[in-house]
Amino acid sequence: MSTSEDTPPSLYAAREPIFPKRVSGRFRNLKWAIMVVTLGIYYVTPWLRWDRGPQLPDQAVLVDLANRRFFFFWIEIWPHEFYFVAGLLIMAGIGLFLFTSALGRVWCGYTCPQTVWTDLFILVERWIEGDRNARIRLLRQKWDARKVRLRVTKWITWMLIAVATGGAWVFYFSDAPTLFVDLFTLNAHAAAYTTVALLTATTFVFGGLMREQVCIYACPWPRIQAAMMDEDTITVAYRDWRGEPRGKHRKGAARAAATTHAADKTAFAMPEDEVQTQQQLGDCIDCNACVNVCPMGIDIRDGQQLECITCALCIDACDEVMDKIGKPRGLIGYMALTDEEHERSGQPRIPVWKHIFRARTIMYTALWAAVGVGLVVALFIRPDLSITVAPVRNPVYVTMSDGTIRNTYDVRLRNKYGEDRPYAISITSPAALVVEAEGSEDGTVIVPADSTKLQRVYVMAPPDSPAASRAVTDLTIWVQDTVSNERASKDTVFNGRAE
Amino acid sequence: MSKTHKDPHDKQDVQTTGHSWDGIEEYDNPMPRWWLYTFYATIVWGIGYTIAFPAWPMISGATSGLLGFSTRGDLVADLERAQAANAEINERLVSVALTEIPDDPDLNQYAVNKGAAVYRTFCSQCHGSGAAGVQAAGYPNLLDDDWLWGGTVEEIHYTISHGIRNEDDIDARYSEMPVYGEILSDEEIEQVAHYAYTLNGRDPLDADMAAAGEETFLYECAACHMEDGSGNSDLGAPALNDAIWLYGGDYETIVETVTYSRYGVMPPWQNRLTEADIAAVATYVHQLGGGVTEE
Ligand code: SF4
Ligand code: SF4
Repeated sequence: MSTSEDTPPSLYAAREPIFPKRVSGRFRNLKWAIMVVTLGIYYVTPWLRWDRGPQLPDQAVLVDLANRRFFFFWIEIWPHEFYFVAGLLIMAGIGLFLFTSALGRVWCGYTCPQTVWTDLFILVERWIEGDRNARIRLLRQKWDARKVRLRVTKWITWMLIAVATGGAWVFYFSDAPTLFVDLFTLNAHAAAYTTVALLTATTFVFGGLMREQVCIYACPWPRIQAAMMDEDTITVAYRDWRGEPRGKHRKGAARAAATTHAADKTAFAMPEDEVQTQQQLGDCIDCNACVNVCPMGIDIRDGQQLECITCALCIDACDEVMDKIGKPRGLIGYMALTDEEHERSGQPRIPVWKHIFRARTIMYTALWAAVGVGLVVALFIRPDLSITVAPVRNPVYVTMSDGTIRNTYDVRLRNKYGEDRPYAISITSPAALVVEAEGSEDGTVIVPADSTKLQRVYVMAPPDSPAASRAVTDLTIWVQDTVSNERASKDTVFNGRAE
Repeated sequence: MSKTHKDPHDKQDVQTTGHSWDGIEEYDNPMPRWWLYTFYATIVWGIGYTIAFPAWPMISGATSGLLGFSTRGDLVADLERAQAANAEINERLVSVALTEIPDDPDLNQYAVNKGAAVYRTFCSQCHGSGAAGVQAAGYPNLLDDDWLWGGTVEEIHYTISHGIRNEDDIDARYSEMPVYGEILSDEEIEQVAHYAYTLNGRDPLDADMAAAGEETFLYECAACHMEDGSGNSDLGAPALNDAIWLYGGDYETIVETVTYSRYGVMPPWQNRLTEADIAAVATYVHQLGGGVTEE
C-alpha cells in the first residue's frame, strides 16, 4: 500500500491467495483428532436411533418443526419448555466466554465449523494439487490440460463434501433414512432441497473460496472475543526477545564464534564482521516456516494480530525447525501477555494454572455451572402431566333455564406419552359444584398420543346455592391420568351472580 | 506476503483515517475486492428485482413487474389452495348427518373450528363474540339451554339457514305476538304481567294482581306459551317458567313486552354461506354448552 501524499490509497484490495503448507506436530495431530470427532458427530448423529414407542419417531436427535417437538435421546422438549433450549444456548455462550478468557481464540482455532471445514478443504486441495510450492506454481502457470484437470477434480471433490454437509443438515429435521431415500427419488419437500442447496453453496464458498476472509471480514465473534481477553489469556505468541535479530544461521558459525578470540584467527575464512553478526543473531533463522503454514496468511512474528485464530500450526512449524537446528522448542508458543513481560525481564513464567484460575474464569465457570445445574434440576422436576386452565370470561357466567349458574374453562391437557391416554377431570371446591367435560359423559377425555387437547370444562352451581349468588368461589381443577394415576391441578375461581 | 500485512509495531506502513480518540487511531484498510463485487451484485439484483416485481411508481399505480406478482393475487391463490385442501373434508361435513358429526373426532374438530371462524365473521355482530347475546336488544344467548326455536342441531341448522321473521326467505321461522296494548286494558296488562312474573317460581310482587291475571293469561297467552308457561318452540314462543328472559324478566320489561310485543328478526344465511359453513356453525353453536340432544 502506498502511503505517499499524492497517490490516494486504493479503496479495495484483491484477496491475497494463501497456500498453507503441510505441517506436522502435536497441535496438528490434535486438530486432526478434533476434526474427525466433530465431523463424525455432525454426520453420524442423525442416523442414531432411539426407541420411544410406536407413535413417536425413533430418531435419537430430531428437531421436528412440523409437530413442534425436539427429541434428544430420552428427552423430549415441547414448545412451552423452550427455556431448555434457551438455557443450553446460554450455557454454550458462557462456555465460549470461559474458554476465550482462559485460552483465547481456541474456539476459532480448533472447533469452529469454519475452521474445521476449511481445514478439510485445504487437505483435499493438498491431496489433489500438491503442497504449497506446487500450488503456487499451479496458480501462476497458464491454463493447460493438467491445470484444468487438477482444478476440476478439486472443485468436484469440494462440491461432494459441500453436498454431504448440506445434505446431513436436513437429516436433523426429518426421519433420516426416509428423507435419504426421498432426496434421491426426488420425493422430498422443496424446503429440503432448498436447504441442501443453500448449505452446499455456503460450504463450498466459505470453505473453498473465502476461508480466512470469513474470519477477518464477516464473523462477529472475533470482535466480541476481544472483550473477554486480558493479559492472563493464553494465546499464540512469538518470543521476539529470543528470536531477534533474525537471520540465516551459517554452518560452523557457532564454532567460529567460539574461536574468534583464539590466537589463530586465520584458521577460518570467515570475515570478522560476519562472525560478529552471527554471534548476535537470535534463534529465528527467518525460514518463514511459520508464515508458510499459517491458514490466515499472517506472520506471527509481527505480534498479536486480529487475523490470528490461534490454530497453533505455526508453533508446530517452528518447533520442527528448532529441533532441526538444535535449539530449544517454543520460539513460538502459547503464552499470556504477562508471561511476555516476565520473560523479557528475566523473571520466571507464571504457572499456567495461575493464568487459568483467576476471578474472571472462576466467575464464568460458576455462572455456567449454575445454569447447568438449574437445567438439570428443571429437567428432573418437570412433570409428565401438566395442564393449563383458562377461565372463559366472555361471558363470566351463564344462567341456565333452571337457574343453574355455569362457568366455562378452557383446559389444555398435554399427553407426553407415545400412546393415547384417558384423563379424568374433576374439581375440588368448598362449595357444592358440579363438573362436566364437553363431549364426555363420564368426565373422562382421551388425549391422543404426544399431543395437546383443548377441552372445554363446565362447572355448575345449582340454582340458589351459595356459589351461584356469591361473587367468587375458590375452585381447583384436577386432571388424573387414569393409566399412570398421575395427577395435576390448577387453582382457579368460580364466578357467581354476585348479588 | 508479510509485506502487505501491516506491522502493528511499525505504524509507518499503516494508513489511518487520521482520527484519533484518546490516542487510539483508526486503520484505514482497503476493503476486500470481493466485497465490492457483492455490492455490485446487489445493485444488479436490485434492478432485476424491480423489473420482475411491482416496483416503479407511475401516475396511477405502479409497474406490475414481469412475473405478475401481487400480494392480493398471492392471497387469492392461498385461499384457493386452502379451499382445495379442505374440499374433501367439507364434502364429508355436508354428507354426514349433523347428529353424527360428533362421532367422528376429526370431523367434529374441523366443524367446531370452522364454525367458530364463521361465527366470528357473521354471527358475533348480534350474538356477541362470546355468544352470550345482548339482552337489552333481544339477541339470544347461545350458551344456555333455552332455545326459542329448538336447540337440537337440526333445529339450529334450520334457523341459521332460513332465519327468523325476515322477508327474504319464504321458509323463515315465523310467529308474531299480538300487540296487547291494542287489545287489553292497561289494568289487564298489569295483571297478566304480575301473573307471568310468578310463573318461574318467583314470589308475586302483588299477589292480588297476579291472581287476577291468571284468567287473562290462560285465555290470551296459554295458546302459545302453554298453561304452565313452558313455551312452544314450534311457534318460537319462549318459556316463561324458567330463569331466562330474552328481553328481561323484571316487571316493567314484562309490561313493555306485553304492551308492545316483540319482533326479533334474523337474516337467512343459506344464500350467503356454503352448506359446509352452515353445518359447521350449527355444530359449533350446538356445542357451546346448551345444545339439546334428542334421545
Ligand atoms: S473468526 Fe469466526 S468464523 Fe473464523 S474461526 Fe473464529 S468464530 Fe470461526
Ligand atoms: S499466526 Fe500461527 S496461530 Fe495464528 S493463525 Fe497463523 S498459524 Fe495459526
